[in-house]
Amino acid sequence: MLRALFLALALILGLCLPASRAVAQDAGQDLQAILQTHAEEVASPGRRSVGTVIDALTASGLPGVPLFLERWADRSVYQRSGDGLFYYAEKQGNEYALSDIATGEAAGTAPASEMTEIRPNGGVRRVIGTALVQFQLSDPDIARRTAALDAISRSPEADQLEPLRNSIEGETDAGLLARKERLVGMLAARYGDTQEARIAAIEALSDAIAVDVRAVLNQILTTRPGVAAELPEGANIARTLTPGDDLTEAEAYAQLVEAGLAPAAQTPAQIKAALTDNIDGGSVGGVPIGQLATEAGRDRAYAALADAGTVPARVTEDDVETALASHVFYEEYTESDSAITDAAREALDEIETRVALNQALDLGLDALSLASIYFLAAIGLAITFGVMGVINMAHGEFIMMGAYTGYVVQQIIPDYTLSLIVALPLAFAVTFGAGVAMERLVIRWLYHRPLETLLATFGISIALQQLAKNIFGTQARPLTSPSWLDGAWVINDVVSIANIRIAIFVLALIFLGLILFVLNKTRLGLEVRAVTQNPGMAASMGINPDKINMLTFGLGSGIAGIAGVAIGLYAKVTSEMGADYIVQSFMTVVVGGVGNVWGTLAGAGLIGILQKGIEFFNPSNTLAAQTYMILFIILFIQFRPKGIVALKGRAAGD
Amino acid sequence: MTRTFLTQNRSVFWFLLALGIFALIVTVLSEAAGNGMISTSFVKTLGKTLCLMLVAVAMDVVWGYTGILSLGHMAFFGLGGYMIGMWLMYARTEIIVTESLLAAAIPPTPQEIHDSIGTQIFGVVGSSEFPAVWIFAHSFWLQIAMVVLVPGLLALVFGWLAFRSRVTGVYLSILTQAMTLALSLYLFQNESGLRGNNGLSGLQNLPGLDDVPQATLSIAFFWASAVALGLGYVLFAWVTSGKFGSVIRGIRDNESRVRFLGYHVEGYKLFVFTLTGIVAGIAGALYYPQAGIINPNEIAPIASIYLAVWVAIGGRGRLYGAALGAAFVSLLSSWFTSGAVPSVPLGFYTIQWTDWWLVLLGVSFVAVTLLAPKGIGGLFDLVTTRHPVPERIGDFGPDKGARRTVEGEEEK
Repeated sequence: MLRALFLALALILGLCLPASRAVAQDAGQDLQAILQTHAEEVASPGRRSVGTVIDALTASGLPGVPLFLERWADRSVYQRSGDGLFYYAEKQGNEYALSDIATGEAAGTAPASEMTEIRPNGGVRRVIGTALVQFQLSDPDIARRTAALDAISRSPEADQLEPLRNSIEGETDAGLLARKERLVGMLAARYGDTQEARIAAIEALSDAIAVDVRAVLNQILTTRPGVAAELPEGANIARTLTPGDDLTEAEAYAQLVEAGLAPAAQTPAQIKAALTDNIDGGSVGGVPIGQLATEAGRDRAYAALADAGTVPARVTEDDVETALASHVFYEEYTESDSAITDAAREALDEIETRVALNQALDLGLDALSLASIYFLAAIGLAITFGVMGVINMAHGEFIMMGAYTGYVVQQIIPDYTLSLIVALPLAFAVTFGAGVAMERLVIRWLYHRPLETLLATFGISIALQQLAKNIFGTQARPLTSPSWLDGAWVINDVVSIANIRIAIFVLALIFLGLILFVLNKTRLGLEVRAVTQNPGMAASMGINPDKINMLTFGLGSGIAGIAGVAIGLYAKVTSEMGADYIVQSFMTVVVGGVGNVWGTLAGAGLIGILQKGIEFFNPSNTLAAQTYMILFIILFIQFRPKGIVALKGRAAGD
Repeated sequence: MTRTFLTQNRSVFWFLLALGIFALIVTVLSEAAGNGMISTSFVKTLGKTLCLMLVAVAMDVVWGYTGILSLGHMAFFGLGGYMIGMWLMYARTEIIVTESLLAAAIPPTPQEIHDSIGTQIFGVVGSSEFPAVWIFAHSFWLQIAMVVLVPGLLALVFGWLAFRSRVTGVYLSILTQAMTLALSLYLFQNESGLRGNNGLSGLQNLPGLDDVPQATLSIAFFWASAVALGLGYVLFAWVTSGKFGSVIRGIRDNESRVRFLGYHVEGYKLFVFTLTGIVAGIAGALYYPQAGIINPNEIAPIASIYLAVWVAIGGRGRLYGAALGAAFVSLLSSWFTSGAVPSVPLGFYTIQWTDWWLVLLGVSFVAVTLLAPKGIGGLFDLVTTRHPVPERIGDFGPDKGARRTVEGEEEK
């Protein structure tokens, strides 16, 4: 007995001593020496034994260790049978080209018969991989550290938690440090050792907003549907479901059938098939075929067949109801600990409230950007229609002309920034000219016939549209924005806005200021307002109404051209792009209040917010959003026929 | 002197006479009943043109007589087409489905037939359930009632809302255009229950009449359209003559003045708007079985604007002008877009009329508006001494505004 004890002690000592000696001597040793110390475990690693080797390697802190681990797992480490030394080897013909493990330098060749490939199995390789993660996470190269983090966040595993946690201490880069801490939190929430640790981690997550954090919490809260006669004891029940409210009766019954708790109900098609199979000389179960054209006849025939035992008994409505009534339907968390799911639910609720707030903010930004597009499209109209009272159905085509001007300029000047700078004034010039020509040729003859102005300008609109089609073809033409307008301003995972939209918003603001300045502060604006209010009196004061009308119309059209360039950058340039905006533009002016730039702004704001608001409730269906928006506008005009900003007194003109 | 309806409205007699002679000539030349000089497809084109003339006459009453430039009457036209199309599609699918189900060993139940009709019709939009709007589709007479009721109710409700809040002039035009846009966008959705952008198709095949050749059907529809146009013409001639006609013309020229005289302007406008909406619906119900297919594109605002163009080119304020304008422009349009018109080589460029027809139409439309506001109808003034508005003898009243005969003429 004593002897046996002694022997065992000696054995343990014998096993431990070399290891402890090796560790002690590591500082001065090279990689090969450490491997030689554990030669047996390296050559034929087992899942249990590999740990000591890896510990020894990790403790040595040698620079070649990560590479060795990688190669080891990749099966490119070989042992030479002669001296038992380990090499990286590559097969060249019948021989292997060897390279030294510690230095990586070439170490001659060896015949294939001398070399033994080391083949760690799957379990071992996983252990090696985990050890490797730790090395990668503390790799001096920041790119490799980032790659390792990316890999972890792509497919998080329980055993990555420890190495990740260990690597935090030595992290020097502030950005990566934050990422590591977040990942540790997320991993701890899912794979923490103790209940307290997980709950603490979950609670720490609750002030985040990112998508991946929500994914982690949702993962914890995964449920599976269940059905039983009674709620199972000890299960972590998410909620119980009532057939008819939370799920349809058909779904509930299907669940019962699937769980083997009830016989499958026959569908009408199955009943029909069963009847067809059992036709017996002009009748089925004693019921003549002619009577099978009604539900009642089929029921009788099927009942007769069931009585005879040829088909399974019919599952009636009553059967279904009793089956449903005698079972409970529930959803059960896959996570068994209710404290954890409660904490996760609470954290998720908190996050979702914050996400909803951010979504509202994002929606607000979207609405603002849509409003500025409508404002840009409508501001020219606010002058021609709002101030002058001329209804110009070709306004949309002026927008299109501006966009095509931008396209043509881009064909000539390849630099996008420069071409944009050229295109904006050129588009203004082109559409200003077109507007003046139209006013001189058509509109001035029709100032007292507004309905005919509408139709004549519509005639011009279809002619211009077809002309654009003939010149530029029917396919959409690109108007590329300069690279500094690409990308988006990302505030967090929920709130972001494209730069181009910000640019359009700024452009809209500039135009608002410009128009207000021209109309209110300049001589031209004064004369425009005078001519609009009373052309006869204005003429008596020495103003030439013809000239003013011409210039005003040109100004409104020119702005449409600039809006066209902006809209072209954001959407596609087609011959029909103007037609897409014309009804909305008129709506904007009418809703906002005719004859007032502020009104147009208010109208654009209202329509933008409204459209985005409706889209929020039914995001898949922008058609429905537009439909409801137009209906709303029709109703809105019932209550404020003169628009949001109604002119009062003499300025109203009636 | 007692003046009968016909002596008061000379155009009715001449219009009906011309229509009758035209219909007889077409019948004699058709494939079904005559020597076959006119192809069946052209008979269909003529029949469709008659329907367009009917809706143009209705438009003229709204616009030329009452002064409401409605950009929504083609929506009523399309709705009428949808209503009849629902029955046509249901009934025809029912026949096909019943035949195929009868081939099975066991006769089908009514529910089975209904379900497989649903699968047939709505399979294309990924559904098989019948939406609620198809509730009457199984019955011809109920669906015919819908042809009248649906456009009529829409016109009534929309008109009531619009006129009540005193929306007039171009604002009303924009509002009606918005209504049309909303309707067509709604119909474009699959959820609308009318097969989304697929629309309804196969309407040229009348249920139960598969044995009757299309040539005969086309001439039958042609006659039905001609009769509808004749009746519609008489109806509107009657509406626009007499005291009612004077009041609505008064509304056109100066709405406030008519209101101050004690007339209930909104009621008159609403009546005209709804009546013309119903007639537009009936015209659509006759048009689309000849066209064979209807989809939401037909309801798009552009269609209603073209209707206004026809009426303007034909000449507003006289019913025959609108009818002629619709016939002239729509036939010319189909001639130009068919590619049958020879191209014009200019040496450096060849004008293909399929590409340039819309440019020509737009420019000539502007020219008509500017130079000949009376349109084609104005040509009749050259050959007849009888002007639509007789010359007054004596005092015109306080100012020229009291005798404005043209809408929108400047009040000095």
